[in-house]
Amino acid sequence: MSTLTIALTLFVFALIIGVIVIGKVPATLHTPLMSGANSIHGVVIVGVVLVAAEANTVLGFALIFLAAALGTANVVGGYTVTDRMLDMFKAKPAADKQEKGGK
Amino acid sequence: MEFLNANLETISWFLYLFSALLFIQGLRLMNSPRTARKGNFVSIVGMIIAVIVALFHSFYNGFASATAIVLLLLGIAVGAAFGFVTAKKVKMTAMPQLVSLFNTVGGGAAALVAINDALVAVNQPISTIITIILGIIIGSVTFTGSLIAAGKLQGIVSGSPVRVPLKKLIDGLCLIGIVLCAYMMFSSNTFGYGAWLPIIALTAFSLILGITFVMPIGGADMPVVISILNACTGTAVAMAGFVINNLIMIVAGALVGAAGGILSKLMAEAMNRSLINILAGGFGDTGTTSSDTGAEMTMVETTADDVAVQMAFAARAIIVPGYGLAVAGAQHEIANLTKILESKGVEVLFAIHPVAGRMPGHMNVLLAEANISYEKLIALEDVNPMFSTADIALVVGANDVTNPAARRTGTPISGMPILDVDAAKNVVVIKRGRGKGYAGIENELYGLPQTKMLYGDAKNAVGSIIAAVKEL
Repeated sequence: MSTLTIALTLFVFALIIGVIVIGKVPATLHTPLMSGANSIHGVVIVGVVLVAAEANTVLGFALIFLAAALGTANVVGGYTVTDRMLDMFKAKPAADKQEKGGK
Repeated sequence: MEFLNANLETISWFLYLFSALLFIQGLRLMNSPRTARKGNFVSIVGMIIAVIVALFHSFYNGFASATAIVLLLLGIAVGAAFGFVTAKKVKMTAMPQLVSLFNTVGGGAAALVAINDALVAVNQPISTIITIILGIIIGSVTFTGSLIAAGKLQGIVSGSPVRVPLKKLIDGLCLIGIVLCAYMMFSSNTFGYGAWLPIIALTAFSLILGITFVMPIGGADMPVVISILNACTGTAVAMAGFVINNLIMIVAGALVGAAGGILSKLMAEAMNRSLINILAGGFGDTGTTSSDTGAEMTMVETTADDVAVQMAFAARAIIVPGYGLAVAGAQHEIANLTKILESKGVEVLFAIHPVAGRMPGHMNVLLAEANISYEKLIALEDVNPMFSTADIALVVGANDVTNPAARRTGTPISGMPILDVDAAKNVVVIKRGRGKGYAGIENELYGLPQTKMLYGDAKNAVGSIIAAVKEL
């Protein structure tokens, strides 16, 4: 099998897994999930690191610098904001107390 | 070291496979609010492994130029600092546009990698050239598209559907241009630096397409658009992975592509709109005029003092938060009102429509930020039977999702799942003005005998109710 054939097979299987895994997520978590998936495509930084090894021209350097900055912003920012969102979903002791006090 | 030399590719392959599994497990853990945060951590670990493997790979095989090392690390540092600071500082109401902004930079990075591939590629097989071209197109469209989407949510770009003059002509010319550039890149023997002109032109045409794609779509549909563009970025990353034959980019890109696709479909369904309809822009250009023929409704205004009395002496009050609350940033006022009412023995519940807020699930995030317990947020199916037992329903900036017209056929919102607010004994609607909802039709709820209107910005209106309740 050619490399491309294997790569396409991987792509299709990953698509199917993605559909199965996402199909179950409740609507309340859609926004954090979108944000989480958004950070995962920051994996493009892996590609930036790999092609950077071959960069040898001014244009290449500029592209690597820009792509590295954009890709890392995607990863770091994406994960940070997702964590901030999900942090709010955890049970808050203060809020629980209030609820009991009110009833 | 010899072992490593021979096996570096194999070892990297399995480490990439491991991080791919962590991404999948991370997404899976996001199924439940309890494990979601852990899921994000698992995903982060996967990302760290993948990046370390790539760094090791590049450093072990050596860089062609030391300048590239410096610029790569500098770029990573700048990006990390920017991403971290913005993500920490952003207000939760502005979060949807931030997600779109991070999607913008991700798509931009994918496009830049593809452009770089195109510039260095010489004598590549046709399949590689196709993936490079697709990577440039998808990445560039995502870049400008997400940027416009973020601008619309932030209010920098007009949120209403903007008719782009000669859109069809511009789109057509861009598409012809893209095909021509692609043909030049295929046929040119000097693919690589010699072909920089078609590469730049291809990028430019794609960037324009991204703008004309999002401009005609209304602000309330942006979540669906962002989700679609998210899927596009994933696909662009997978394309870039094909070119350099990298497992983790292909798998993670496909995962995000599938996630974004499914998510956009779910969101569109919750709004009872088809993806095609949303992408066509505007709201139901056909048939909306027929609904205007209905008789004029009489809407009765009320005051904050009256609402305060109604709420303070209710046994059960259901608050229906919507887009207007998110825009006004009134979640803390609502939380404050809830606290005061509960101290007076009122049971306060929140009815959460699947698409409440500016994104599905956004309302939950906003209310959670204001310290409102997760248990008080009741989903559509569970809360609908409870409206008949509520003494008062307070609608804060929600419109179309409360319109009983959705139960009839022949209206633009027919069949859309709605909250049965009209079943409550009393209904108070806080609304900024007399304008119609996003669907462009009158909300029949406002004309019902038990409904009273309280005009004003959600934040100020809730603030005056709080002041009035305190004086009781």
